[in-house]
Amino acid sequence: MNANPEMMVANTAPAHNDVVMDCQLEKVFYGDFLAVRDSKVPIEKHQITGFIGPSGCGKSTVLRSLNRMNDLIPIFRFEGKVSYHGQDIYDKKVDPVVVRRYIGMVFQQPNPFAMSIYDNVAFGLRLNGFKGNLDERVEKALQGAAIWNEVKDKLKNSGLSLSGGQQQRLCIARAIATEPDVLLMDEPCSALDPIATRRVEELMIELKGQYTIALVTHNMQQAMRVADTTAFFGVDISKGSRTGYLVEMGPTKKIFEEPEQQLTREYVRGEFS
Amino acid sequence: MSDSQQVIASTTRGFDQPALDFQPKLHHTIFETRALKSGFLTGLTWIAALLASVPLFSVIYMLLIEGGSRLSWETLTALPPSAFDVGGGFGNAIVGTVVMVGIATLVSVPLGIFAAVYLAILEPNGKLSHTVRFLAKVLTGFPSILAGVFVYAVMVVTMKTYSALAGGVALAVLMLPTVVLAAEQAMTMVPKKMKDAAYGMGCTRAQMIWKVVIPTGAPGILTGVMLAIAGAAGNSAPLLFTALFSDYYLRSLTEPAASLAILIFNFSGMPYENQIQLAWAASLVLVLIVLVFNILARIIGRQKY
Repeated sequence: MNANPEMMVANTAPAHNDVVMDCQLEKVFYGDFLAVRDSKVPIEKHQITGFIGPSGCGKSTVLRSLNRMNDLIPIFRFEGKVSYHGQDIYDKKVDPVVVRRYIGMVFQQPNPFAMSIYDNVAFGLRLNGFKGNLDERVEKALQGAAIWNEVKDKLKNSGLSLSGGQQQRLCIARAIATEPDVLLMDEPCSALDPIATRRVEELMIELKGQYTIALVTHNMQQAMRVADTTAFFGVDISKGSRTGYLVEMGPTKKIFEEPEQQLTREYVRGEFS
Repeated sequence: MSDSQQVIASTTRGFDQPALDFQPKLHHTIFETRALKSGFLTGLTWIAALLASVPLFSVIYMLLIEGGSRLSWETLTALPPSAFDVGGGFGNAIVGTVVMVGIATLVSVPLGIFAAVYLAILEPNGKLSHTVRFLAKVLTGFPSILAGVFVYAVMVVTMKTYSALAGGVALAVLMLPTVVLAAEQAMTMVPKKMKDAAYGMGCTRAQMIWKVVIPTGAPGILTGVMLAIAGAAGNSAPLLFTALFSDYYLRSLTEPAASLAILIFNFSGMPYENQIQLAWAASLVLVLIVLVFNILARIIGRQKY
């Protein structure tokens, strides 16, 4: 029951051990509420790291702590360290706005801007004062997000006119247009139907060749299908509160087939939710 | 009671076995109380809607009949006639109204949008915001003549002259609360997920506001601005002690200025047929100006995406 994160990290013994983000969350608070404690989550280069666990286990909180999106919540407080290429992103000197330009995010609900498809994708490039060939980069991003063929004839149309699945791929295109280093995806398929989900999953697998991806998912089959490494979070309700923590992390196959922790086994077999 | 029980009984029976003898009645019944009530209420709303449009259409009709005949190039450009003159027009009043509404727009729109950014995004629940929001709501029902008195005290007395500038500022005082409240509303309606997306792309708060919130809320903001302009253009009370009136074309912003609203007020009370006709024509022109601006704003600010 009592996870020993050190040990788990040692167990993630993949061939490529290039850790892009070494996340050591000690305590994460919303006001007085301790949301997450004691979780060490190393995120490796060109891998998809899946975060699974029951509702309220803090997996989204962990993800949103990785690009400082949680800083937008005034009562949020973070104790620990997120070492990104050796720099702690929670260091006082670090500007969270700059962090978010390197570590992009795709949200649970597709959220294109009320602009044309083209302007949606060009948004981040213009924001960064991109000087090169804008058309080329927009096309590249849309192709990268496997939506180019569907939208190439209607780039001037509203991003909001697309279907849910297309909107989500547009958001992925918008996120990758600026070529970020890491992509955080917070349940990107939860608002999509199975066919759109399939396309986004295929896309994630294509994208990992170029990007490093951290994926929160509610869907264990999705984690099995796409994640290389899986982190299982549990909820500790012992102190009358609900605090999430990392139970176990390892290669996806191992987490689903022969996990070390009893809790993980029960969860992946659906004996507890 | 027994009827409904029977219906329930027969429907439930229908679920477990196909009852061939079960024939539900699904047709309209004409003199049923439920249908009568519904018909009566529908009729009532229809009549109310009709009555509500009567004043609007009768005003427009009268303006077209009474004012339309006097519309000509002369009325649009000439100066107002004196007592027993024939002909004449109100070109100076058109210019005065456009200039003063322009000044009021230039003052109230930027100020109003900035204030709305504060209320909607920066500090929605702050003490200052609650106070400002409350005062703005009070000000929308503010007697417009008081705006005139206020600007008279602040500007006319200190500048020692009635002026187009003072008139414009008085109209701005009237427009400001409408602009603030409409712009705040429009910005609050921008979905939170779009703001999150902007931050997720690495926007600063200012970039989030300028590049996402204001463009997305623009149609709503523009509607509020147009409402405010329409209200200001037709208002005569705030101009009485600020711009006063002038029988000549405006040459400088620091001198008294004519306006359509005051011209209508002055001429409609005169005992001369010529002036009364001009008052009708001026009313029609005023309505047309507001209409044209409204249509333009709708074309420019149409929800594009």
